[in-house]
Amino acid sequence: MRKVTVLVCYDVQVSDPTGPKRLRRIARMCKDHGVRVQYSVFECVLEPKDWVVLRARLLSELDAESDSLRFYFLSEDVARKTEHHGTRVPLDVEGPLIL
Amino acid sequence: MTTALNTLFITVEGTRLNKEGERVVVTVKDEKKAEVPLRHLRSVVCLTRAWMTPELLESCVEAGIHVSFFGVTGRFLARVEGLPGGNVLLRREQYRAADDGGRTLAIARAMVVGKVSNARQFVLHAKRDAAAEQVPSLEDAARRLAEHLRAVGRAEELEQVRGLEGIAARDYFEAFPGLLKGGARRFGFDGRNRRPPRDPLNALLSFGYALLAQDCAGALAGVGLDPAVGFLHEDRPGRLSLALDLMEELRAPVVDRLVFSLVNRGQLKPEDFKEEAAGAVMLRDEARKAFLVAYQAAKQVEVQHVFLGQQTSWGLVPHLQALLLARTLRGELDGYPPFAVR
Repeated sequence: MRKVTVLVCYDVQVSDPTGPKRLRRIARMCKDHGVRVQYSVFECVLEPKDWVVLRARLLSELDAESDSLRFYFLSEDVARKTEHHGTRVPLDVEGPLIL
Repeated sequence: MTTALNTLFITVEGTRLNKEGERVVVTVKDEKKAEVPLRHLRSVVCLTRAWMTPELLESCVEAGIHVSFFGVTGRFLARVEGLPGGNVLLRREQYRAADDGGRTLAIARAMVVGKVSNARQFVLHAKRDAAAEQVPSLEDAARRLAEHLRAVGRAEELEQVRGLEGIAARDYFEAFPGLLKGGARRFGFDGRNRRPPRDPLNALLSFGYALLAQDCAGALAGVGLDPAVGFLHEDRPGRLSLALDLMEELRAPVVDRLVFSLVNRGQLKPEDFKEEAAGAVMLRDEARKAFLVAYQAAKQVEVQHVFLGQQTSWGLVPHLQALLLARTLRGELDGYPPFAVR
């Protein structure tokens, strides 16, 4: 089955009293489904059914009045078309996982 | 259809694996090394002593992720698996077929035909860019393998099939020194030996076959077959006979090809191995990592599945073959079609 590759980015209003909780929950959902590439940016390579679930969970968590959420749909060869500089080189979950 | 999911290999002694959310967290000496979502994994392979929480083990079992443990020498120790998948009717059919001499013969014969044919293709392929002085010995090996192939096709007894398989394997391994090129000739190869492997090439082969056997066992369990009840290999306690059966046709094109490409390209050298007191030869840690990286990369390589008429990756071949074997046992196919390299 063709997987979907999505870049998930979010901004959560943390000054809001319920903000930090939303932020944590959104981050946790993203971590379960993909790889953190920066603080609020995740690369998710998923089967379509998993993407439907993740998207629904993220949207249900979002406070549309104060937060924002962006999904970038990427082509499969994202790794080849990406440059990374600096620290926090993300794990390639599709590549060899030898630790 | 199964998608190609990844394998997490643990190679550092004292690694701790625990579960956070739906992820595996890998920690070495209190330093978090990686976090991998469970949904990206098909298996976890511990190649050294590792520590895993019961919570993680429970989630792996529930998600159908196979967890296997190898000893530090690369010897297979154990695998953890939940309830068998598939349905009990298929397994009953597998046991009936294994007890039925005629059906066992037909499947074992097909598997050996696949093995010998792929071994011959591997030798012929290597002949194309072998040094001139090696060509006659490789041609000779290919010719003998072709003879064994015809004999296997005509064999009417299971013992005959097993005998021919052994002879073909010996003739095939005799061709191995001729497959070494350039600096890799320093390796040398004086026949296959194991338990323990006593030279670097045998150590590589053993390690590769152990990994492939686990991939095959996982693929068989995935379609609901019992990896322990084989056709070509007799039942023996603790042996995954059907996994070894399934592996036969894949040894040459998957493991042997990888081993020779690594040594011939100089990616692995005789210095990458160490000899234990008892004469056992083992890969050093860095070399073992390099081999694992190459093994995982080889599984991503595309290949044409002739019988199914579609492109696939090497990593999916054991799963496709397990599926074809299940269909054969259900009577949906006239005979088991082994994976054949063109």
